[in-house]
Amino acid sequence: MTKFFQLLASGLALGAIYALVCLGFVVIYRATGVINFAQAGLVVLGAFMVYNATFTWGLSFWLALLVGMLFGAALGIIIERLVLRQMVRQPLHAILLVTVGVLLLVEPIVTTIWRSPQPSIDTPFELDKLEIGDVRILQISIAAIVIAAIVLAAFFLFFRYTKYGVAMRATAVDQEAALMQGINVNGIIALSWAIAGVVAVLGGAMLGANAGPKTGLGVGIGIIALKALPAMVLGGLDSPGGAVVGGLVIGVAEVLAGGYYAEFAPAWLKPGFHQVLPWIVMLVVLLVRPYGLFGTKKVQRL
Amino acid sequence: MLRVGEDSAAPLLAVRNLEVVYGGAITVLRGVSLDVSRGAVVALLGANGAGKTTLLRAVSGLLSVHAGRVERGTIELDGESILGEPTPDIVRRGLAQVMEGRRIFAELSVDENLRAGAFTRRDSDGIRDTHAHVLEMFPVLAKRLRDVAGYLSGGEQQMLAMGRALMANPRLLLLDEPSLGLAPLIQQQIRGIVAAIAAEGVGVLLVEQNAMLALSVASWGYVLEGGQVVREGAGQELLDDEEIRAAYLGTGEHGRRSFKDLKTYRRRRRWSG
Ligand SMILES: Nc1ncnc2c1ncn2[C@@H]1O[C@H](COP(=O)(O)OP(=O)(O)OP(=O)(O)O)[C@@H](O)[C@H]1O
Ligand SMILES: [Mg+2]
Repeated sequence: MTKFFQLLASGLALGAIYALVCLGFVVIYRATGVINFAQAGLVVLGAFMVYNATFTWGLSFWLALLVGMLFGAALGIIIERLVLRQMVRQPLHAILLVTVGVLLLVEPIVTTIWRSPQPSIDTPFELDKLEIGDVRILQISIAAIVIAAIVLAAFFLFFRYTKYGVAMRATAVDQEAALMQGINVNGIIALSWAIAGVVAVLGGAMLGANAGPKTGLGVGIGIIALKALPAMVLGGLDSPGGAVVGGLVIGVAEVLAGGYYAEFAPAWLKPGFHQVLPWIVMLVVLLVRPYGLFGTKKVQRL
Repeated sequence: MLRVGEDSAAPLLAVRNLEVVYGGAITVLRGVSLDVSRGAVVALLGANGAGKTTLLRAVSGLLSVHAGRVERGTIELDGESILGEPTPDIVRRGLAQVMEGRRIFAELSVDENLRAGAFTRRDSDGIRDTHAHVLEMFPVLAKRLRDVAGYLSGGEQQMLAMGRALMANPRLLLLDEPSLGLAPLIQQQIRGIVAAIAAEGVGVLLVEQNAMLALSVASWGYVLEGGQVVREGAGQELLDDEEIRAAYLGTGEHGRRSFKDLKTYRRRRRWSG
């Protein structure tokens, strides 16, 4: 059972990170109907930005996180203004491909600016663990869970109870009708990108600081961030609550599968298959329940 | 609750020689002029495709959403041009519209829909007063504030759309076919509410296919045909007119209603993605 609880904690930390990143996918999907692949690029840039703030500028981890969040919000708004806004009225596949393009741009940019980064982001926790009986959990993993919980709770309060939260939801239902109420729809889209940028940076910083399974700092973070997509599909594409549930389920399943691989997996399965488990879950969900757990069931024209 | 304009020399809404083109090619309005004064109900009649909705879009700044533009003419609210202004600014100046097909926010609660209608306002006391007034006017909504708006009946949704528009505390209210698809009893309720809104000093431009209903509450009416005003006159005068009776009062509504139902499916139209 010790092993189980340690894996569970690690899985929840990874799941919390998926949930954050996934919320970014969901808010932009709701505002614009686009699955924004550039979100994974923002996660990578966010990780390196926070790294830069701690290692190069010498800021404390917490201050660096704050700086990173501001950077992420600004970067989200800038990408929307400079790239996506130009694509208004273009066909959906063109917009999707442009977001993929932005994602692919991130790797060369990051490897040019940060040629030989440290293996991970320094945190005040270092490798300290919390011990509960025999169970030992990395403190940074607990920090990731707590931070994600605070940020997600703040988002839900905003989304549910504030004027701008109502405006965001109204815009998702009917942009023209929202405009007719005097809601600045472009402003709502910019706000969605800012939120996506903030959660992306937080997720990236946590991955770069080795919360959950040891991932380290590198452009490979982008591949991990993309696993927020299976979480999004599982949660139902347009449901912020679904993003949280989907993220946690995918994160825990992935880590448990990795941990118990040796005991349960058939011999022909290669080690490391747990990393593709999220994508398998996504395929299955798309086949049996395309609107996920909490998504809006729309009439599909086939 | 509702303000009355101080400068009563200029009409509340003055549209002059309006020409509107969609997609750079299709001319839909060809020199339309029309006035609405404070506290008056003005009916705008016309067959399908006459350009009624297009006129309302031009006034509230929504043409760009439909790749349409004003090629010629002027639109003034209280003597000031609103042509080319973004919709939120026009709403702030005191215009609200109930769009064709109601367009309520189905996933939001009734109360959130109403709050969305007050988005441009910052006077929380004023919003509270308007909210209370709207619930007085539409008691059905008061009972269902927490309910998801999408589960309301058609008539209730129309009431919600009107209540939401009133939450902006408008000087000018545009109504696009509010009686469409509703039972006669509900239509009569809506007629009474339109009269009550105007009695508070709000100018109402009422687009209707149901000419009988519209002209019975309107002091003045315009008939639009092929993008031009072909007839105008006092409500009663138009109501008594033989030609109008033949063209607009005898027509059955059935084929049209199903066409309308189809149209509401387009409501998730987006212009970003
Ligand atoms: N976005 C658009 N692009 C091109 N043409 C359009 C567009 N919207 C409307 N039209 C055309 O403009 C004309 C007027 O349409 P409009 O919707 O204003 O008519 P209407 O009087 O409101 O009709 P209805 O009673 O059916 O609502 C129609 O011929 C219509 O096909
Ligand atoms: Mg119309």
